[in-house]
Amino acid sequence: MSTLSRDEVAKLAGLARIEMTEEELVNLSSQFGMILDAVARVQEVNLEGVKATSHPQPIENIARPDVVQASLTPAQALSGAPAQEEQRFRVPQILGEE
Amino acid sequence: MIFKTATEMADALSKKDISSVELTQAHLDRIAAVDGDVKAFLHVDSEGALAQAAAVDADRASGKAMSPLAGVPLALKDVLAQKGVPTTAGSKILQGWKPPYDSTVVAKLKDAGVVILGKTNMDEFAMGSSTENSGYGPTFNPWDLTRTPGGSSGGSSAAVASFEAPLAIGSDTGGSIRQPAALTGIVGVRPTYGAVSRYGLIAYSSSLDQAGPFGRTVLDTALLHEAIAGHDAHDATSINAAVPAVVAAAKDGNVKGMKIGVIKQLQGEGYQKGVQTRFTESLDLLASLGAEIVEVDCPSFEYALAAYYLIAPSECSSNLARFDAMRYGLRTGDEGGASAEAVMAATRDAGFGREVKRRIILGTYALSSGYYDAYYGSAQKIRTLIIQDYAKAFAVADVLVSPTAPTTAYKIGEKIDDPMAMYLGDVATIPVNLAGICGMSLPAGLAEEDNLPVGFQIMAPAMQDQRLYQAGAALEAALTSKWGGALITKAPALQGRPSALPTMSKGGAK
Amino acid sequence: MALNYDEIIAKYDPVLGLEVHVELNTESKMFCSCATTFGAEPNTQTCPVCLALPGALPVVNEKAIESTIKIGLALNCSIAPYSRFARKNYFYPDMPKNFQISQYDEPICFDGYVDVEIDTDEGPKHFRIEVERVHMEEDTGKSLHVGGATGRIHGADYSLLDYNRAGIPLVEIVTKIVPGTGKYAPEVAKAYVAELRDILRGLGVSDVKMEQGSLRCDANVSLMLKDATELGTRSETKNVNSLRSVERAIRGEMLRHAEILETGGKVKQETRHFQEDTGLTRSGRSKEQAEDYRYFPDPDLVPVKPDAAWIETLRAGLPERPSIRRKRLKEQWAVPDKEFAAMVNADVLDIVEATVLLGADATKARTWWLGEISRVANDKGVDIAELAITPAHVAELIKLVASGELTDKLARQVVEGVIAGEGTPSEVVAKRGIKVVSDDGALMAAIEKVCAAQADTAEKVRGGHLPAAGALIGAVMKETAGQADAAKVRELLLKFLGQ
Repeated sequence: MSTLSRDEVAKLAGLARIEMTEEELVNLSSQFGMILDAVARVQEVNLEGVKATSHPQPIENIARPDVVQASLTPAQALSGAPAQEEQRFRVPQILGEE
Repeated sequence: MIFKTATEMADALSKKDISSVELTQAHLDRIAAVDGDVKAFLHVDSEGALAQAAAVDADRASGKAMSPLAGVPLALKDVLAQKGVPTTAGSKILQGWKPPYDSTVVAKLKDAGVVILGKTNMDEFAMGSSTENSGYGPTFNPWDLTRTPGGSSGGSSAAVASFEAPLAIGSDTGGSIRQPAALTGIVGVRPTYGAVSRYGLIAYSSSLDQAGPFGRTVLDTALLHEAIAGHDAHDATSINAAVPAVVAAAKDGNVKGMKIGVIKQLQGEGYQKGVQTRFTESLDLLASLGAEIVEVDCPSFEYALAAYYLIAPSECSSNLARFDAMRYGLRTGDEGGASAEAVMAATRDAGFGREVKRRIILGTYALSSGYYDAYYGSAQKIRTLIIQDYAKAFAVADVLVSPTAPTTAYKIGEKIDDPMAMYLGDVATIPVNLAGICGMSLPAGLAEEDNLPVGFQIMAPAMQDQRLYQAGAALEAALTSKWGGALITKAPALQGRPSALPTMSKGGAK
Repeated sequence: MALNYDEIIAKYDPVLGLEVHVELNTESKMFCSCATTFGAEPNTQTCPVCLALPGALPVVNEKAIESTIKIGLALNCSIAPYSRFARKNYFYPDMPKNFQISQYDEPICFDGYVDVEIDTDEGPKHFRIEVERVHMEEDTGKSLHVGGATGRIHGADYSLLDYNRAGIPLVEIVTKIVPGTGKYAPEVAKAYVAELRDILRGLGVSDVKMEQGSLRCDANVSLMLKDATELGTRSETKNVNSLRSVERAIRGEMLRHAEILETGGKVKQETRHFQEDTGLTRSGRSKEQAEDYRYFPDPDLVPVKPDAAWIETLRAGLPERPSIRRKRLKEQWAVPDKEFAAMVNADVLDIVEATVLLGADATKARTWWLGEISRVANDKGVDIAELAITPAHVAELIKLVASGELTDKLARQVVEGVIAGEGTPSEVVAKRGIKVVSDDGALMAAIEKVCAAQADTAEKVRGGHLPAAGALIGAVMKETAGQADAAKVRELLLKFLGQ
């Protein structure tokens, strides 16, 4: 039975930026085993020579002309902002790269 | 008035027997009376709805040409952005968010003069099959208030089934319109992928999502289908072709000579007895109307569930990354100089429910380096096999059929701790989404063991949505005639609803 | 003990990798119709799509596709008959969707090359830089970090985000690894970026202003021992904002790597930031987790399959290659090899050509730009392009000198004034009251005065000792506050003294 260990779940939670309690990590880890088995069924099939479908409809070459259209006003753009200052979105200190 | 069909309401409006304001108010009163039990709505926009209704009445009075559904009220699944109206996608992470723009579906509804009563409850971010995953509590099935109405469009389906609205919009990624329609005894259609614009539809799984119509009759559903379908330049996956003539097909309702394919893999074992019985009866009825029943074999469908539960979580893990407390929505955990990264993680923990987290983690895993080929990559190939199986089947049949869901509505709380059991409920609906074709569920009767609604699913090739309505209208007419009225009239009375119902006219098929 | 550059080169081979990002000059953004104008008020050019509001969807800009194909063709790339967009997933507040729409294993252009020539003591050297891919992606928003000492991210209390720039079309040009440049690695890198810039400018697809961020360079450097078979560990340097910085950054990294390796250490594979003031790089914050970008084809966008006939039309419409243009100008202006190489190296070709097109003589234009103006730029430590003086100014200046209204010496004062922002040459002349003293009467007065004051020297000149005139001329110049034409003074003085 395939499983995801608690540590692997923790790593994925980090990648997905979701803080999780120890309990949540352990629970997810145990539930995943069953789910992974179910979804691992896709590997039972002989998929040699089969192309992947990422679009159900064979649409291609959709583009728009390079024309400017009306934007949101700054008030509209910032209307949902948890915090704002000087017409910009105010966010907590960023740890990452410049 | 609220017990009439949308077609009848539209007729009364055009004859000026009733005004849209009166009609809208009647529905708002109904919601006030019964939604305490049903809990279909997250937000009722009385002011906005009455204003829209008044505007439609004014236009009609001034002699303007009106769209067929002008002035008819509708319930909108809270997954579609409506400008200035709280839109939550059933999640706490968007609590209080008011979009500064309209989704294309809403813009089209407004253009058609349809009155939007409010936003309905749903499984959070459309992930679920029972509406129990809503961040705001479940919706209850009008047929039995201890049971789920299905999901993820449970609120929209329950609203129509409880006469709070004659029409509703839902979204269907793995069956989320068809399954609730089946469990609540109404009609629900998942249009061809790309037929209805996804601009403004809060994304769950981009290559599988489609918005679609609910109605109590096939014709009502067709009218709404025509109002919302069409090409949209804002959606690159939108099909640039004429909307199939679904209303004409619903009015025609003729299956003479139609070849109806029964999918071997989607019936029999694993399907509740009453569900199977009603399904077989409906097949017999269709045969008696002149259709030819054939059996088709779609072996790759066995893997459809597995492929879906890899593709959808993968796409959603990426689509839901934008909910990060920076530009809109919930922000928490930001006291004491916490970093942006910490605030993002704390907010997403507080704002997302269990199922959403589960699927994000699963999707993150399926896409991660080293696993892509085995999981997401393989699932996309299964998709190709499913498309090929459908192509083979549609070479010998005009439409394909199956029961919509393996069971009738289950009790609230029954499957919530067993995700796999919940996922199995989608086994019959998922192949449609993977292939990008269209599907309908209409009521096939009640299962004897529990007297709960059973749904009959019809599937048609991409952009042949009119075939759904053609076959659906025929079956509906025959069944309604057999029952002496629409199935929904057999639902138990809800508080405020008179116990002796006037019989509805025969589904409006002729 | 640190090795010097020559010693490093004797022992190690540098290997380069260059990633250049180009901001396209389309009217609207990559995936939405917002304006792309530089310098607008914050968050005035945003919409549901580039803000990543729930439900928004991208639709690609057709001009961006065309520009990218043109770039690929100009870089001798193959154009993919089928390419797709992919999502690059990671979280960062300046990237609203928390994924960037880019291209992954199916880029639109691939396998091209750029030929560069650099000027060395051993004559011109040629290098072919192979281009691995050219692909489309989108830019991020801009953050202002508040509270820290220098406005930088470290030590900031919070940040303010402006999403006007989010979604502006970017084209990324990635080279294959570039070995074999030896001691010329910094120059080759600079020449490559300069050549790219010239090509892009010629195509008209971007403003390519490094100082404005429409052309950005990330430089990867590693060192390997001369007989080694495995590449050394590379470091990536970002924030390289000018051609000069490209050269300095590469050289600096080579020195830094060598110092680590010589003391038995290991070079860390990391991202570093170039510091303009010191010419050194500083380590970026190391990440606890290596990023797994989980690339997958973007389901909201459909494949790009450019029509073969259309590609050929674009190919036929490509402008003159910079190398061809350079040959043409060199012949037109009749410039000797060494001088022309110096012009290319100083990056003054475009600016000289612009000046010539305004009517100036090519040699004079060249002299001003390569001479006085270059000197000022060097003193200030900036690229010529950043000075306030324009081709129009120089053309005007040359006219003024030709007409005799200014001497060369006075013209230099005017240049100083224009660069200081005092206006056009005519305006500076007026403001500063610069005038050539050409009035013979005034000059004669000064000459007589000086000859009277230095009677002995004047006597020497009268006696035929011409070199002595120099001191007298100098004194006359001083007397006229430098505003006399020295040649005229000499003429009048000698005549006065009977020579």
